[in-house]
Amino acid sequence: MPPKGRIKVTEIYCKGCELCVSACPQNVLGLANDHITVKGYHPATLIAEGCTGCGICSIVCPEAAITVYREKTVTNRIPV
Amino acid sequence: MADYDVETETLVYERPDSLTDLSTHFCPGCTHGVAHRLIAEVLDEMNLREKTIGVASVGCSVFSYNYFDFDFIQAPHGRAPAMATGIKRVLPDRTVFTYQGDGDMASIGMGEIVHAAARGENITVFFLNNTNYGMTGGQMAPTTLPGQKTSSSPNGRDVESQGYPIRVAEMLAKLDGASYVVRRSLDDPKNIRMAKKAIRTAFEVQQRGLGFSMIELLSICPTNWGMTPVSSIQWLQEKMIPYYPLGDYKVHPAIAEIKF
Repeated sequence: MPPKGRIKVTEIYCKGCELCVSACPQNVLGLANDHITVKGYHPATLIAEGCTGCGICSIVCPEAAITVYREKTVTNRIPV
Repeated sequence: MADYDVETETLVYERPDSLTDLSTHFCPGCTHGVAHRLIAEVLDEMNLREKTIGVASVGCSVFSYNYFDFDFIQAPHGRAPAMATGIKRVLPDRTVFTYQGDGDMASIGMGEIVHAAARGENITVFFLNNTNYGMTGGQMAPTTLPGQKTSSSPNGRDVESQGYPIRVAEMLAKLDGASYVVRRSLDDPKNIRMAKKAIRTAFEVQQRGLGFSMIELLSICPTNWGMTPVSSIQWLQEKMIPYYPLGDYKVHPAIAEIKF
């Protein structure tokens, strides 16, 4: 099973430039065409299942708008 | 307070603390934002935020002081290396860097940067090369490629009358005072990671007092190039990287031992 992840896009920063959409290795990112941000852009969002939490979108994001989380698996789970 | 379940999830990436909460004035897709983010991430990693002074230039980078959450001043056009020299000499324990574009540094500020490098000032210079004057409307800059159309060279840059572009990294690498001069690009994840490593190395060079360091970062300007951000990245890869090859142009032997 590939690792699972999720992203959170902070919409006040996102300007819909699509750099993350073109960089996503899983092709699960797209623009949310159903709503716009306060600046008037369609923000980036997950459009399909399959995010692995690799963080490539956060590396190319010019606005540091993306927070990336990855699910812990049994093997990498650290006791807290 | 974490807004995720620490038992089932790990945080892969979040916005660095050294950036303020303000949304930038940059156009969508502008890689100025990537450069800001990398500098902020490196300063957070090195725990230097409280002891850093940045010097902003004139151009799109002029509002850096709004976006970085540490001490910042703004220099007259092109004079950021001179101002950074003064700050570093008066406060040698601070990390001092300048953040300049190509219109600022390669044109009006050419004298300042060359002499700061020749003197071997212990400062770090970030040089964003996007081949035009972004803020004022995309006029031709000293780094504009031959044949490239800009608002002040509508038929393309004619090298017969307007001369050839200046490769700043190669030029500064020839000076004995410069210790670490490299060129990186902000186009794809691999190059962005390499740029971050170079930024880290440059700050280490300054921390160890090894002298002048400069990082040239190839950047895009989608608005003035008249392209979408994604096609601008392709243009950068196809046109800019062949003319401005990426690589290390000067690495002092003492720096070659620094590894991350």
